[in-house]
Amino acid sequence: MKSDSKLEKILKAGHFAFTGELGPPRGANVEHVREKAKPLVGNVDLVNITDNQTAMVRMASWAAALIAIQEGLEPNYQMVCRDRNRLAMQADILGAYALGIKNILCLSGDHQKFGDHPTAKGVFDIDSMQLVNMVKTMRDEGKFLGGADIEVPPKLFIGAAANPFAEPFEWRVHRLAKKVSAGADFIQTQCVFNMKKMREWIKRAVDMGLTEKTYILAGVTPMKSIGMAKYMASKVPGMDVPEEIIKRLQGAEKGKVADVGIEIACEQIEEFKEMKGVAGVHLMAIEWEHKVPEIAERAKVLPRPQV
Amino acid sequence: MIVAERKPFEEIKELVKEYKKVLVAGCGTCVAVCLTGGEKEVDILKTELDMARRLEDNPMSLAGFTVERQCDREYLEAFDSMVGDYDAILSMACGAGIQFLAERFPQIPVLPAVNTTFIGVNQDIGWYEERCRSCSNCVLGDTGGICPVTMCAKGLYNGPCGGTNKGSCEISKDQPCAWYMIYERLEKQGRLDRITRFTPVQNWENQVPRTLIQPGYRKPEKQ
Repeated sequence: MKSDSKLEKILKAGHFAFTGELGPPRGANVEHVREKAKPLVGNVDLVNITDNQTAMVRMASWAAALIAIQEGLEPNYQMVCRDRNRLAMQADILGAYALGIKNILCLSGDHQKFGDHPTAKGVFDIDSMQLVNMVKTMRDEGKFLGGADIEVPPKLFIGAAANPFAEPFEWRVHRLAKKVSAGADFIQTQCVFNMKKMREWIKRAVDMGLTEKTYILAGVTPMKSIGMAKYMASKVPGMDVPEEIIKRLQGAEKGKVADVGIEIACEQIEEFKEMKGVAGVHLMAIEWEHKVPEIAERAKVLPRPQV
Repeated sequence: MIVAERKPFEEIKELVKEYKKVLVAGCGTCVAVCLTGGEKEVDILKTELDMARRLEDNPMSLAGFTVERQCDREYLEAFDSMVGDYDAILSMACGAGIQFLAERFPQIPVLPAVNTTFIGVNQDIGWYEERCRSCSNCVLGDTGGICPVTMCAKGLYNGPCGGTNKGSCEISKDQPCAWYMIYERLEKQGRLDRITRFTPVQNWENQVPRTLIQPGYRKPEKQ
């Protein structure tokens, strides 16, 4: 075992992983985090705690992650390169590990232009690939990026993101290979809606032997409304929402759109369970944490394995 | 070249409000080429300030003088005999020129009339685009002649990020994704191997004021 992570144990034992997400609040409201955490307990193996997502200031990811631990969840500490330099990153990694965080997800971060401080200086001292490699060096070699020894190295399970859909498609699997060689133990993909493209991407990853070196968790997001589907299709960069998804939601009976959204997500999860090279699903039920038990039930991923 | 943009007139007016005699100093190189701070622009600014102050019943005396380069002592010398007559100098050079002028005449306030914007290219008449952040560690040889530090909104060395959007950057449909362009160019050149390998962290060298002395001009080391 590379780390003390429960997710690593689950994946290593060959179980199909099921992970969730929790967005920290725009304030110091601890109860808000606890409320969002409750429906996730026992229904997911790991919960991603987002880091100033969409470049809006929120409670620190590590802080919300500690509250999640108190609630009985295993957090995946998200860290973006936008907000801190290599000194702050390494300090936060040590602090997070010291307080019981065992997983990290290394991300570039949405550009600050999108958030509530659009004129902030974007740090980007290092990029997400270099962050993956830095955490690996800290863990496996017990060394800081600057070369000095770390007294107690952080034994974190290292995650990274992948977008199978962005153009040029040909390049996507090579970029995945680069992340794997940099040290990514597991990958959580961008929300998958275009299953055809996903199948092709995974096939290429399998053919290149990448799925032997890393665990790929496919991103699934249930659509809550037609508006959300249209917004994701046209406004969210890097998202690929086929027209057929929107049509299917539009064809839903009155008041049943969200139900059809969950139905589509469950069908995807069923397919991922059988898809060669896919080790699990990362469910991003955006501001819909209370629906996770229902989705987990309907997708037949319960009970979660005890390791 | 270095591209600069004139400051808004109100800001310039505010900068010189307490002065009665002001010298507007132009620069004949980069800022003249980008139509911001050359001889012609010095004349225009002088006229604007003159009219504005007259309208306020607070006239000022203005003169204009443009040298070849404010970043060069050889040319700054021409100011020596004239600056004593003025309360302040309003420089239309880039930030380097303004500072060099201020360093030469420390007793006189030297004020900026422009915002230095970027190192860029002349795309068309009056149209300039940034191309270089002078990071001190050029990687253009590996990135198809497209700078990831300047042209990628996140300055990524191992791009593109997940926000790349059908050839555009996530910040705007009008901004091409640098890493999309890098991929396209290297693919055409058959050199994709340049970006399939991991690029380690950058050693930032632009975090302190930099000095360059060419080898032939270095002073011998002390014994």
